[in-house]
Amino acid sequence: MQQESVDAIKASPRYQELVRSRKRFAWLLTIIILAIYYGFILTIAFAPSWLGTPVVEGATTTIGMPIGVIIIVAAFVLTGIYVAKANSKFDALTKAVREELQ
Amino acid sequence: MRRYATWGVLLALLTPFMLMAAPALSGAVERQAINYTAIYMFLIFVAGTMGITYWAAKRTRSAKDFYTAGGGITGFQNGLAIAGDFMSAASFLGISGLVFASGYDGLIYSIGFLVGWPVIMFLIAEQIRNLGKFTFADVSSYRFGQTEIRTMAAISSLVVVAFYLIAQMVGAGKLIQLLFGLDYWIAVVIVGGLMMVYVIFGGMTATTWVQIIKAVLLLSGATFMAIAALATFGFSPEEMFRQAVEAHPKGAAIMSPGSLVTDPINAISLGLALMFGTAGLPHILMRFFTVPDAKEARKSVFYATGFIGYFYILTFIIGFAAIVLLLQHPEFYKPEAIAADGSIIKGQLIAGLNGGTNMVAIRLAEAVGGNLFLGFISAVAFATILAVVSGLTLAGASAISHDLYASVIARGRSNEKTEIRVSKIATFMLGLVAIGLGIAFESQNVAFMVGLAFAIAASANFPVLAASIFWSKMTTRGALVGGFVGLISAVVLTILSKAVWGDVLGHTAMIDGKEVAVGLISLNNPAIISMPLAFAFIWIASLTDSSERAKRERIAFEAQKVRCETGIGAEGATAH
Repeated sequence: MQQESVDAIKASPRYQELVRSRKRFAWLLTIIILAIYYGFILTIAFAPSWLGTPVVEGATTTIGMPIGVIIIVAAFVLTGIYVAKANSKFDALTKAVREELQ
Repeated sequence: MRRYATWGVLLALLTPFMLMAAPALSGAVERQAINYTAIYMFLIFVAGTMGITYWAAKRTRSAKDFYTAGGGITGFQNGLAIAGDFMSAASFLGISGLVFASGYDGLIYSIGFLVGWPVIMFLIAEQIRNLGKFTFADVSSYRFGQTEIRTMAAISSLVVVAFYLIAQMVGAGKLIQLLFGLDYWIAVVIVGGLMMVYVIFGGMTATTWVQIIKAVLLLSGATFMAIAALATFGFSPEEMFRQAVEAHPKGAAIMSPGSLVTDPINAISLGLALMFGTAGLPHILMRFFTVPDAKEARKSVFYATGFIGYFYILTFIIGFAAIVLLLQHPEFYKPEAIAADGSIIKGQLIAGLNGGTNMVAIRLAEAVGGNLFLGFISAVAFATILAVVSGLTLAGASAISHDLYASVIARGRSNEKTEIRVSKIATFMLGLVAIGLGIAFESQNVAFMVGLAFAIAASANFPVLAASIFWSKMTTRGALVGGFVGLISAVVLTILSKAVWGDVLGHTAMIDGKEVAVGLISLNNPAIISMPLAFAFIWIASLTDSSERAKRERIAFEAQKVRCETGIGAEGATAH
């Protein structure tokens, strides 16, 4: 890519908005998944017996079971949320930046 | 619907074979008799994939075709192929076996393997697609010294591929020995030979479709097993858990975290290796170049995360259901595990299982679906190994031909034809090496090797990749120093750990009056030290680099960032 195009794109407010909003959104989601996962790992390390308590009085199913399944589903849902936002907002901004360049 | 269609086709194709097989099976059945149903099912898979390889070979002309299937794979297809790459026989058989033996711990492992995917999606998937062409070294060397960074990336890729490959080959040999009744070395040669054919003739196109077919078969088979198993408990997980706790020697302990995660340091270290290792595996990263653009790249991660997560839930159900259901099948157990009344002794539920806990999913297949389904699942397990090995070998061959040969040795002056030829020769050599190592490591404990592959990927590949994308101040020197520090520290710390120092090299100590294997250090996975160490050295060696080249590389970050964010100028991007 020519240096002039790089400078032109960098100066574009749409490009700046794309970079800023995607960065914020991607890191927010990253922090959420890291917090969920390491929260889980630290619970296993420090309070394993809590995960072993029954979901309701007298049940065999423990709290850890639904929590494990919820983490798996959450990983999928978070990627879905990212795709939804990227397909609409980020792609529209990218398209605008490309059109400005022409 | 697809599942029924697959089954229909398989059944229709199989009927004549079944009739032929019947006399052979009615003879004296030995414990490890040749399993004809499994072999016929596997032959169907091989015939189908050979047809695909023939079709793919006709379409494979350019280097782009060979390395990335021409970049024409859709996000959905690529998601299935990524899932195929990730759902190895080790995770299908290993995790269901782990759940069977220790219950909840198996789920902890699965979650660690899965959560790397959202991180890949949010931070690197689109960036990699926008910056790279054929290998991840295209991305990490984008604005740096090609010779240095590509050499380093190729070395760490080949080390990761080698350890992963040995683990797969040894697993393949043992598994096929058990399932098909073939000799160990024959199984290793078959896997190595078929893999060479797929990759050499069909390149990425054949490899991708082998992955997709295997992923569909594995997901269908595991779904059927989980549903059939749950049906015996009236589709009530609570009922399944209740009976499992009753049947299991460990009792209620299987419902909560157990011995897998003993202390926080080891837990976090394993978590780091699993989470960031995925983002540094060369055969996984290569899959992002098979799609046309960043949009399809992100879709592939979405589908892959869904398939992989679903698959892990299935293996969890399979492992738990097996605790109860295998108890009704004394024929799966060693004679010493059977009580006088013909039932299985409770304490022998795990230790007494013929073939060990890796056979849990296979035994459950026989228990819920009879011999035909046993054959199907055995063939799928074989196909799974074959597909994973093909993907690994293609990634290794690309590191040799695209990074080492074309960029370092020929310094960009080679032509496409020679590069493809080098890649095919490299595939052939890697195939021979894989067969040789597979046979050499037959009686070795290779359990640590996949963990080591993830740790090296997280400590050498991932830090350099992430810093090259996000940190403007990194220089060639920083990447080189940090990458090698990560690689070497991960390997050295693994050698000093219990898995190698104690289990492989045989160092023991007396603990509580018992002789047990020990390591020089108590860390089981090196990532918690080696990964931060790599980042620290990237940081120090870059900031202290005041050369002219370093200045140019920092300036080049701007153009890289623009391409990274917008995809303008990216390989295969649509013209605007």
